[in-house]
Amino acid sequence: MSALSRDDVAHLAGLARIDLSDVELDRMVGELGVILESVAKVQEVAAEDIEPMSHPLPLTNVTRPDVVRPSLGAEAALSGAPQQEQQRFSVPRILDED
Amino acid sequence: MTTAATAEEIVDYDEALERYDPVMGLEVHVELNTATKMFCGCATGFGADPNTQVCPVCLGLPGALPVVNEKAVESAIRIGLALNCEIAEWCRFARKNYFYPDMPKNFQTSQYDEPIAFEGHLDVELSDGTTYRVAIERAHMEEDTGKSLHVGGATGRIHGADHSLVDYNRAGIPLIEIVTKPLTGAGERAPQVAKAYVGALRELLRALGVSDVKMEQGSLRCDANLSLRPKAAGDENQDDVPLGTRTETKNVNSLRSVERAIRYEITRHAAVLDKGEKIRQETRHWHEDTGVTTSGREKSDADDYRYFPEPDLVPVAPTRETVEHLRGTLPEAPGLRRKRLQSDWGYSDLEMRDVMNAGAVDLIEETVAAGATPAGARKWWTGELARRANVEVKSVEDFGVTPAHIAELDGLVRDGRLNDSMARQVLEGVIAGEGTPLEVADARGLELVQDDGALEAAVDKVIDANPDVAQKVRDGKVQAAGALIGQVMKEMKGQADAGKAREIILAKLT
Repeated sequence: MSALSRDDVAHLAGLARIDLSDVELDRMVGELGVILESVAKVQEVAAEDIEPMSHPLPLTNVTRPDVVRPSLGAEAALSGAPQQEQQRFSVPRILDED
Repeated sequence: MTTAATAEEIVDYDEALERYDPVMGLEVHVELNTATKMFCGCATGFGADPNTQVCPVCLGLPGALPVVNEKAVESAIRIGLALNCEIAEWCRFARKNYFYPDMPKNFQTSQYDEPIAFEGHLDVELSDGTTYRVAIERAHMEEDTGKSLHVGGATGRIHGADHSLVDYNRAGIPLIEIVTKPLTGAGERAPQVAKAYVGALRELLRALGVSDVKMEQGSLRCDANLSLRPKAAGDENQDDVPLGTRTETKNVNSLRSVERAIRYEITRHAAVLDKGEKIRQETRHWHEDTGVTTSGREKSDADDYRYFPEPDLVPVAPTRETVEHLRGTLPEAPGLRRKRLQSDWGYSDLEMRDVMNAGAVDLIEETVAAGATPAGARKWWTGELARRANVEVKSVEDFGVTPAHIAELDGLVRDGRLNDSMARQVLEGVIAGEGTPLEVADARGLELVQDDGALEAAVDKVIDANPDVAQKVRDGKVQAAGALIGQVMKEMKGQADAGKAREIILAKLT
């Protein structure tokens, strides 16, 4: 597994809309690198006969019937919104941010 | 920041097809008609007040956990089976990460490399009577996004807007995305194939009863991908010519637009390629009013969705018993059903097409089952009712007239109680909510006079009043009797059987 580069971290930060200073970027390269190395250790013991897993529980097909349950109500739903207008969540302009 | 669409160069369609081979890929999103959302119990009704059908799960509030809607999975499997797909024995949901306020979670729960259904096909009939087999790559489950309203700037468009208002009622409604393989070999019929495919898919989904399939309300949406490649030279096989760069046209919201958008893109691509330039891989927006596409965003870094398996949901693993059970619930394929009904009913191709266009196949089937003759059922649904529906921009079901009503009306005509014009008046009454045809006929006193005595008296009176005409009939000009029949009907205030009046007149004069 190739090591994480500073460019990788800058790219990911961009995708995640996280503004990192140069100092923070350097620190994250180190910290994320340690995490990746730790995870890589698991791969060393993962043999051919071990199925990859995405979930710790041996469950499938957990579903619910198609029955309506009460919603929050608009007032409660919008109560955490920094700004609202016309009973809708108001968000800053969507384009032009790049 | 331009909002007006600047016309781009295009070449003549036929010329484009002389030099290039079009290849299409169609992605159709269909909103399921489940009562609740994909991962929570919020209602899904269209047109509710903003943000009244939302909860912590579909708003992506911290700690909320999604649970899969059983019926949505069943619908997805039934769609897959109806499209002749394999159904996955085991598959997972995945997070598609992106930042856009239409998804409050900052990801859309979708499926990535493990779709529930894959490798299928749908045969579509073209107007020349041939069939084109559309190869289906996959059908996967995902959720719809919220709706944004762009404020400031020109007419609700995102460009120039100064902020946006989001309603999350639609966020989380179950969606099935159906993706074709690259469709080749259609040649100049490509736009027609695209339209026929989306139409056939809509018909199939409607027959399955899994969606409202209303393109104008967005419950069926189509993204149309198109690329051109040079026509194979000499004995070169067209399939060996590498594919060109594609563009993806969004916002194609009617069958006619699907056809027009593909056609336009063929002519636009050809113009770019003719100049030796390259097609930019980008999203295009279709403009219904002007019939052109304009450039949207270019594919970029922002499309790095970093998919990963959704940790909050366990895998979906339909047993083979479940799949076979669902296969047993599939309706007859619409194309086969249509052929069977047409033969049962004895309709000509033209008559059957009228029935299809009026959206009256099911109604006629029910009307015939309720006792009407196929001819009578067709006459009312595709005649008077279709005409009114056309004028009032409604569908034939919107008048409160049921198959049982039409069967009753047809019966009244066949029994000789009503003539055609009286039956029309009765139908008016049914539409006006005055009751069943029999009730309307009774209430309005509409009934053919069955008393031959009254009819004979009327005939005698008319013959006396029109000696010249009567003489013509006596002299063998039988067609002159028409004028007398008209007079008799008038005398009887329309409540007589014209056929019978003719019989009596001819009996008296010849």
